[in-house]
Amino acid sequence: MQEFLQQIVNGITWGSVYALIALGYTMVYGILRLINFAHGDVFMLGAFIAYYAAGWFGVQTHPSTGGALLVLFTAMAGAGVAGFLIERFAYRSVRKSSRLTALITAIGVSLLLENGGLLLFGTDPKFFPQLVTVTKIPLGLGVTVTNIQILIVVVSLILMAVLRWIVISTKVGKAMRAVSFNRDAATLMGIHTDRIISFTFVLGATLAAAAGVLVGLMNPKIDPLMGIMPGLKAFVAAVVGGIGNIPGAVLGGLIMGMAEVMVVGYVSSTYRDAIAFVLLIAILLFRPSGLLGKHQAEKV
Amino acid sequence: MNARLVRTVLGLLALLALNMLLPRALNPYFFQILILCGINVILAVSLNLVNGLTGQFSIGHAGFMAIGAYTSAVVSMRVLPGLLDAMTAAGVPLAVGHGVILLLATLVGGALAALAGLAVGLPSLRLRGDYLAIVTLGFGEIIRVLILNIDAVGGARGLSGVPNYTNFFWVGLWAWIVIAVSYHLLGSTHGRAMLAIREDEIAAEALGVPTTRYKVTAFVVSAFFAGVAGALFAHYLSYLNPSTFTFLKSIEVITMIVLGGLGSVSGAVLAAVALTILPEALRAVKEYRMVIYAMLLIVLMITRPQGLLGTGELKMPWSRKKAAPMPTESAS
Repeated sequence: MQEFLQQIVNGITWGSVYALIALGYTMVYGILRLINFAHGDVFMLGAFIAYYAAGWFGVQTHPSTGGALLVLFTAMAGAGVAGFLIERFAYRSVRKSSRLTALITAIGVSLLLENGGLLLFGTDPKFFPQLVTVTKIPLGLGVTVTNIQILIVVVSLILMAVLRWIVISTKVGKAMRAVSFNRDAATLMGIHTDRIISFTFVLGATLAAAAGVLVGLMNPKIDPLMGIMPGLKAFVAAVVGGIGNIPGAVLGGLIMGMAEVMVVGYVSSTYRDAIAFVLLIAILLFRPSGLLGKHQAEKV
Repeated sequence: MNARLVRTVLGLLALLALNMLLPRALNPYFFQILILCGINVILAVSLNLVNGLTGQFSIGHAGFMAIGAYTSAVVSMRVLPGLLDAMTAAGVPLAVGHGVILLLATLVGGALAALAGLAVGLPSLRLRGDYLAIVTLGFGEIIRVLILNIDAVGGARGLSGVPNYTNFFWVGLWAWIVIAVSYHLLGSTHGRAMLAIREDEIAAEALGVPTTRYKVTAFVVSAFFAGVAGALFAHYLSYLNPSTFTFLKSIEVITMIVLGGLGSVSGAVLAAVALTILPEALRAVKEYRMVIYAMLLIVLMITRPQGLLGTGELKMPWSRKKAAPMPTESAS
């Protein structure tokens, strides 16, 4: 029982990280119908920007909450710029081509970021600085939670609330929803679709960078290929929740995190990478458009 | 009919002659690239049957390849050595004995991969587009993790000691077969039905094309050849490791067919050869190699989104009739 509760705590932590990454996939897919394969690498980029920023700001030597936040925001801003550049110079040029062409371009960008990362940051893993001193907080029943885990969940919740606010209550959010609903009609209504698409990429990239920093705090070993598996699993999470659906991405992320932690805890850690896909196939067989996705009638 | 038989025999003789000649004429490094080109051609042309002709989006090709590779390796290592001994005892030359074993192992590997293709083809009844894509991707990853956990085939350590039977003859022959199958399919009723599904599935169904059957057929045939490519790969390198068959391998094959022009058989062949040679040619620039490769990929996609050949086919001087006219490209 105690172990089970402990696994749930860990599952929620991982789940909120997956949810943060999955949000970026789902937003871009909702607007462009593009699987942004490079998203997992933006997550990696976020972790590395934070690593270097912590060095520059001296947070590495003097951990403090303010410093940690500064590092987090720098990473988010840096990744946001990267997201903007990726969309502007790679994806925008192939937007009118077939979707497979766009997908291969995304794969190209992903390879570029990974191999560029290997070149720039080196192939050996770096040790992510401890921005916050770790303390263990007992929750009762023998379950403990670290302050880092609380931080991860709280930061994720705040970011998701901000995202929800942007999408539901602001003019940009309304434009995003309009573009996702029908891009051509949105253009005719005077929405600058290019600008909205750029904004969506920036938003997704900042969330992924935040996830990168949070994962860096939890698992301090970072390397340029660290984004591949979490990226893939977050994408699976977005599909399980119903791709294009924002609450679905959060739900899918939590399910993925929970399932993975349970498999590692009770079956074998070697099956860790398979459970996400087994779950995916099982869920899609019964709900072909994901848990919260709407089934679209085919138009003839 | 007679002329075709003559050409087939001549082709086989040419392959045998090249098989004798090439390992002596080329240095081992170039020869290895040549073999890998052949294996990648088989992979790309077979994936083109599903993604290019039928318009279904599969990114699990590495999974089928892995099934073929591991199955054939187990067959030739654990099941068939006795047969080899029996054949040598009966006075069959060693080269022929190796060929027979390789052929049997390849066929078993291909058959099992085809069975897996059937299992993956069935969900395509319910799933479309990106959802199908992600399921095939998931399937490939599940296969990899399963192999990783089977200790009898080495697990994460990999499987070494696979007999080294693959030579130019077998790679050339299988590449020839998969290309011939693709071309014949293109001109046949079945191929037309597949093209119809690609262009507009609903319209095809309304016209009485059994879409499900053709989609599953495409998956099975494609998986069979992927299994064959895996078997040849296993018996060439003599060593298998699950990390060879990650989804990046599937993506590599997709890149080949998109770069060649989706649906174009000769495009798939050209791009498979080009993308096998390119990383090797870039070895001179060492650490910048993969960065340049990635940038070339992006630039090519931006400047030539329809692929090198579009949906057209390269016309060979000896092709007699006009290649099958292809319907106009539709973004799928």
